[in-house]
Amino acid sequence: MATAANKKDPTCEDDCCELDGLDVRTVKKKLIEKYPPKVARKRDKQIVVNRIDPEGRVPTIQSNVRTVPGLISQRGCCYAGCKGVVLGPTRDIINITHGPVGCGFYSWLTRRNQTDPDSSPDGHNFMTYCFTTDMQDEEIIFGGEKKLKQAIQEAYDNFHPKAIAVFATCPVGLIGDDVHSVCREMKKKLGINVFGFSCEGYKGVSQSAGHHIANNGIFTHVVGTDDTVRDGEFKINLLGEYNIGGDAFEIERIFEACGLTLVSTFSGNSSIDQFANAHTADLNLIMCHRSINYVAEMMETKFGLPWIKVNFIGAEATAKSLRKIAQYFGDDGLTQRVEAIIAAELPPVQAAAAEIRPRTEGKRAMLFVGGSRAHHYQELFAELGMKTLSAGYEFAHRDDYEGREVLPAIKVDADSRNIEELEIHPDDTRFNPRKSDAQIAALNGKGFKFADYEGMMPEMAQGALVIDDISQWETERMIALFKPDIFCAGIKEKYAVQKHGIPLKQLHSYDYGGPYAGFTGAVNFYKEIDRMVNSRIWRYLKSPWQQNPELAAKYAFE
Amino acid sequence: MLLRHTTPDIKERKALMVNPAKTCQPIGAMYASLGVHGCLPHSHGSQGCYAYHRSALTRHYKEPVMAATSAFTEGASVFGGQANLVQAIDNIFTVYEPDVIAVHTTCLSETIGDDIPQIINKAASDGRIPDGKYVFHANTPSYVGSHVTGFANMTKAMVDYFAETDGHKKKALNLIPGYVEPADMTEIRRLASEMNIASIMFPDTSRVLNGPLTGKFKMFPQGGVTIDQLKGSGSSTGTIALGAIASAPAGLAMDSKCKVPCQVLNLPIGLLDTDLFIDAMRRMAGVNVPESIDLERGQLVDAISDWHPYLQGKRVGIVGDPDQLLAMTRFLASLDMHPVYLVTGSPAGKKFEAQLRQAVAEVPGDVRIKVPGDMFLFHQWLKNEPVDLLIGNTYAKYIARDEDIPFVRYGFPIFDRMGHSYFSSMGYRGALRLLEKMLDALLDRKDRDSSDIEFELVL
Repeated sequence: MATAANKKDPTCEDDCCELDGLDVRTVKKKLIEKYPPKVARKRDKQIVVNRIDPEGRVPTIQSNVRTVPGLISQRGCCYAGCKGVVLGPTRDIINITHGPVGCGFYSWLTRRNQTDPDSSPDGHNFMTYCFTTDMQDEEIIFGGEKKLKQAIQEAYDNFHPKAIAVFATCPVGLIGDDVHSVCREMKKKLGINVFGFSCEGYKGVSQSAGHHIANNGIFTHVVGTDDTVRDGEFKINLLGEYNIGGDAFEIERIFEACGLTLVSTFSGNSSIDQFANAHTADLNLIMCHRSINYVAEMMETKFGLPWIKVNFIGAEATAKSLRKIAQYFGDDGLTQRVEAIIAAELPPVQAAAAEIRPRTEGKRAMLFVGGSRAHHYQELFAELGMKTLSAGYEFAHRDDYEGREVLPAIKVDADSRNIEELEIHPDDTRFNPRKSDAQIAALNGKGFKFADYEGMMPEMAQGALVIDDISQWETERMIALFKPDIFCAGIKEKYAVQKHGIPLKQLHSYDYGGPYAGFTGAVNFYKEIDRMVNSRIWRYLKSPWQQNPELAAKYAFE
Repeated sequence: MLLRHTTPDIKERKALMVNPAKTCQPIGAMYASLGVHGCLPHSHGSQGCYAYHRSALTRHYKEPVMAATSAFTEGASVFGGQANLVQAIDNIFTVYEPDVIAVHTTCLSETIGDDIPQIINKAASDGRIPDGKYVFHANTPSYVGSHVTGFANMTKAMVDYFAETDGHKKKALNLIPGYVEPADMTEIRRLASEMNIASIMFPDTSRVLNGPLTGKFKMFPQGGVTIDQLKGSGSSTGTIALGAIASAPAGLAMDSKCKVPCQVLNLPIGLLDTDLFIDAMRRMAGVNVPESIDLERGQLVDAISDWHPYLQGKRVGIVGDPDQLLAMTRFLASLDMHPVYLVTGSPAGKKFEAQLRQAVAEVPGDVRIKVPGDMFLFHQWLKNEPVDLLIGNTYAKYIARDEDIPFVRYGFPIFDRMGHSYFSSMGYRGALRLLEKMLDALLDRKDRDSSDIEFELVL
């Protein structure tokens, strides 16, 4: 097991090595024994038996490293993380994909980020549209900047948006088109915000690089461009919530009931106007740590608003997160409202879980998805009495597994070094620490944690198998060895797993259901998991003649 | 409104494509490769390409879509992807053990100019390709053509790499089905066997992308043309290439490589183009058309005559891939319907456009055709003058809902309904299914819009 120089890993004792009746060390061996030696050595460091020592330390897991060519990973690319994930859900920016037609086409409406355009005064919504420069071979040879300029002009002439963003795809970087200079020129010419992202697909090792590039761009070009302080108490931003299946709507509902003022969401059900104004909030809440922590860090440094990690996936987690927000603001009225909401909404959710639990109790789940969902959704399974045997992220970093305390120990490799780290300084006039040192010390004294994410592994069971960037081969082995009752991943994995007769819950798209966040969402999820693990169809895979192939000697009409 | 910024005001656009009616070459190449038995498609580019293609194909088929990638990083993009591809080939054969790997390129690897045959040779000389296994490739730059071009290029690569002949002809026809559904491939094959014609179909995704759920996952399902069949295709009596854009390049390559004469036909959609297909098979194989096929044809003719009142004169807008668009337009015209707005996103060429124009020669009034065009322009046309029926892929449902137009899903991708991978729209039976779908849409609308007084029991 790889060990960072300044970190002592807890060792795996015999007592932590039994997982669902199997020796997990043998399981691990079986996952990688077929690989060529070099691949096996690499994967060995990305597959870890969980172990939590008395100080709460967990083993080191290698992550955010290159995908092995040919191994069939779940991962996508930098462009997908930037345009698809972070910028995609904002309804009033025209997102132009600069490149051949495919990248724009595949990211057109496929992530099901819901939005409510009528909640903005101008009603703009370009999310149902796909804009691309449809680059042709002559642009590959002679350059595509001229076409991009023209495309931006045509987007303006046809749609009159208030902002246009440009996303570079692989060939754009290779032929050297300068999307940023084109955007600057067109911004000046059109008098609207036009900005670009160098999110070529080959950058970094996964979507993660694209998240970072998106964070940098939105912070540089949008955040802080509107200083209007809006009415309302307890101003917050919700970061890393993309409103898949209406999750953000449920969270908005709860915030409103509690009397919290949501300034912006990055970026579910969002408008660019909210980003511009986000720095006027007093607290950043982070849902998906992996995709959005950069912008929270930068806002804290430049404007002085702190961030905390929250989780609205799971009823108990929702209650805990609401209490944490109330504790931050330290207002009695807010605390009372939060407690009243929890008192009103939690019991029906618990009752729903109790009704379903007899049918789900003891069932076993595996989750391989994203940069936070493989962690968050373990809460919901636990509420149904289900056990997570194994989990892992598709594109997370070590801090998402082991907690942010490992950040100083993470080695920055060549792939990550290519992703720009912006140097941010406190704003001359607008930097305003929201809490005094004394207030922070007082909160810390009560166990309140700022800017902290403990990661997935400390909350998982001893002996659970943690697998980073799981391959198709390892997925098949895990299914063959454990025959889990449900498997969570994405669309590419869905039907390969279901051919085994095991239901797969998509945790990217939610299988077109949801919301699963908050209190209402928890109940939706319980019902969905009940449906999936208890569906009759899994009993009917074998025909009668396959079950009893012998020929009967008696006939009914005898 | 879903597409609330679309107005009837049409402004000329030279650079901005809005709501494409096509996607890029590699996905077509991946789809074609899945129609080779025991084949793992491989995308030589950054991993986002294969992730997107697998996702899109999976959403359409609701089936496993297995493929691998070279997973380019910034370094590979600068220094070339040879090391990545050689490593990928080694890993794939070691871990997943396919019979064959079909490599397609991407805009990334094409822009840097990776030489795939040279890399395959390198992998072979390094001993990374086990005995009896194959790696073949097609160049599929995303900035040329469309997904249909990618399908055509990969299908042609099957001929270039594998078709061989010793000069002896075998009594069999090669059938190149085009970029169609697995169910269509089954139906095209069935029509040949109904006529007692032995056939080799490539690619063949039936039983790959519409396979059974048995409790056992097979990475390489039962279906697909085998390499032995592909080799044997060079000795066939003739080739029928269905769809000039998707299938002609492979058919013509077979003709020049192995001297197997090729006839290029439209896709067998509807009465007339199925007639041409059956007649071509009859002549090429020297057989009689059996009564069973006459019966199928007669049933279709009967149904058309029965339901003609509800079809005749209906204005239809179609957006689709070129081969489907042409045959579908000919079918609708034969029903006395009025296909008036015709758009394909693929740059299918002047000859194609002329054929399409010819197909609507007898349709009265103004027929608008755009090759290549996009769905935004198509929608703008509808805003100017509506139609009675809309035919297109799932993305067209946004238009259908905004404009409240009866809608039949046809083409790729269909993300939101079942049926296309199980029930063919080809041949006479397929035409019956298309008729049923169109009439359901039109008559549901008629029933919805009739007043209580005019509401009819019998139609």
